[in-house]
Amino acid sequence: MKKTFELVGLDCANCAAKMERAVAGIDGVHHVSVSFITQRMVLDADDERFDDILKQAVKKCRRVEPDCKVRI
Amino acid sequence: MTHDQKKQLIRIIMCLAAFFAVFIADKTLSGGLVGVIGGKYGWLLPFALYLAVYAAIGYDVLWRALRGILHGQMLDENFLMCIATLGAFALAIYTGASGLAPEGFDEGCAVLLFYQVGEFFQDYATGRSRKSISALMDIRPDSANVLRDGKTLSVDPSEVKVGEIVVVNPGEKVPLDGRVTLGSSSLDTRALTGESLPREITVGDSVVSGSVNVNSHIEVCVEKEFHDSTVSKILDLVENAAEQKSKAENFITKFARWYTPVVVGAALLLAVIPGAVTGNWQEWVYRALSFLVVSCPCALVISVPLSFFAGIGAASKLGVLVKGSNYLEKFDKADIFVFDKTGTLTKGNFAVVKVSPESDRERILALAAAAEKDSSHPIARSVVAAFGGTPEEGYVLTNEAGMGVVAVKDGKQVLCGNEKLMRAHGVEFLPETGAGTVVYVAENGKFVGSVLVADEIKEETREVISHLNSLGCKTVMLTGDNEHIASSVAEEIGVSSFKASLLPQNKVEEVERALAEKRKRDVLCFVGDGINDAPVLMRSDVGIAMGGVGSDAAIEASDIVLMRDDLRGIPLAKRIARKTMCVVYENILFSIIVKAAILVLTAIGLANMWLAVFGDVGVAVIAILNAMRVNGKYAEKPSRQALKARTAA
Repeated sequence: MKKTFELVGLDCANCAAKMERAVAGIDGVHHVSVSFITQRMVLDADDERFDDILKQAVKKCRRVEPDCKVRI
Repeated sequence: MTHDQKKQLIRIIMCLAAFFAVFIADKTLSGGLVGVIGGKYGWLLPFALYLAVYAAIGYDVLWRALRGILHGQMLDENFLMCIATLGAFALAIYTGASGLAPEGFDEGCAVLLFYQVGEFFQDYATGRSRKSISALMDIRPDSANVLRDGKTLSVDPSEVKVGEIVVVNPGEKVPLDGRVTLGSSSLDTRALTGESLPREITVGDSVVSGSVNVNSHIEVCVEKEFHDSTVSKILDLVENAAEQKSKAENFITKFARWYTPVVVGAALLLAVIPGAVTGNWQEWVYRALSFLVVSCPCALVISVPLSFFAGIGAASKLGVLVKGSNYLEKFDKADIFVFDKTGTLTKGNFAVVKVSPESDRERILALAAAAEKDSSHPIARSVVAAFGGTPEEGYVLTNEAGMGVVAVKDGKQVLCGNEKLMRAHGVEFLPETGAGTVVYVAENGKFVGSVLVADEIKEETREVISHLNSLGCKTVMLTGDNEHIASSVAEEIGVSSFKASLLPQNKVEEVERALAEKRKRDVLCFVGDGINDAPVLMRSDVGIAMGGVGSDAAIEASDIVLMRDDLRGIPLAKRIARKTMCVVYENILFSIIVKAAILVLTAIGLANMWLAVFGDVGVAVIAILNAMRVNGKYAEKPSRQALKARTAA
């Protein structure tokens, strides 16, 4: 399943890259792309575990950049 | 400027003022601020004053750094900046406490201050550029006025179903694709196609969502739901464009990943080794701290994708949709252009291209039109269209299968058809050798003239082909026409080679072969009108589809979509791709060279922390401003080559 999420308050390009790397490392993620410019994260992950993976992804993003929120 | 940005700006200005007040006092007072108290604890006064300013400007950075450590983000830029500035303070306290004149309070404070100034500019500039780029894509309709039970309701476009009627008032955007059922008006489709002339529409015409109604109230019967309509397709496509990352972007992300740890590692070594060797710890620790200031790769990480995005934005403003930065990168290198003929190089409709003898044009066309007026054949239609007026009535028309028409009126006999018809009636005629279909006209057994009907070449075709040729590109035309027609068309438009008598499936083979034959660095583009050439569009390096509005298959299959049915989009896209790549390389080189230079100068002691902070935020701001150049004007100024090509043609 592939879903797009808005990232609110993402204001550091390097953080976007770090988030992308962190989320890509989660088990079950096929592809993830975090765009600093469009302030979006496109997450492609296993269907059955999607909610769980999303939760982990949000956590990882918060670790990298606590000011940035993933709008679900 | 947002509310937060305003607050931040006020804070920065106040802190700057406070900093300069302290700084000037320190420099102008005899003996400096140290001398005010004097003695062993003299350094405490400047320390306290600078620390106050430092805290006022940097509390958020300190807080973020602390939070970063708690989250295990050691190489966070806030953290590094804090280490550098606090380190500078520590060095100053050390010198002050050891009885020397303390130096470095001002520096530690200023670096953080300028870091904040730079961050502010960076934030402001990216915010602005992001906004100006997304403004280009501001085609999303906010609401639809749907007619339900005789009342007009304003609802979200996604709630409208196929078959419902929506009202579009002047100044509003057409919310969904559909067909006009009431009224006539003109539509501004600039946001979609880049076309500046408004399009006239009336009852029965199809309208595309995202275009703006200019003059008067119309009603539209919805034919597609919102998620299927043109506007959502385009928005999806542009928003997803950021996902297709180019090589340059991937390089930068990789570079950034290693850059910070390497610089921090180098800083550590720089502090420890020469420090231990020379014993001059203070000096080397200072240099190491300066290293930390330059260790954030933000300039690169922001500016490269921003340049691509600005390029994609600029292109979409001009009606050229690029589906990802990788395609923009590839298209810049494109040097083999394979064109489908019908519908791409030519208009795909038949038209009279020649009447001979030209002096008898009116008469020949009038006779031919009178004879052909009832036929639905495209050739006959084009003859009637070329005549323009109402064909003469009253002829008795007899169709001679495979040859033409015989028209008789008041003893006058008109023959209109191919050479077989002329021969069958024993008419001597002047053969016409031009490429296309020839219609011969004879009156009362005497030859009058001939009409040459051919697929019309688009007016911009020659200009575009000669422009591409002048750039050193190979241009190839693929067509199903026979060798004779193909070669004469090829000569006329100036393509460097052509392949004739191809069936649709041969086109894929032909492109496959070209792909196999090309050198590795060549990039092959296929340009088609999107009708039954989806496989070729997908197979080529860069597939370009023309006339994208309303053609879903073309949008799906291609990498670049020319929203307007105009080949001039190709040189335009090429120009944008060129400029984007220039700016991308400029930014990469500029940032890396400046950072490397500052690192080297710092290591050998020629640069200080002031320069280092420029190397961090100054470079970022310059790179962002440079990236915004991509989002410039392209339509008004044709490139020098194009002008040259035009004068040559």
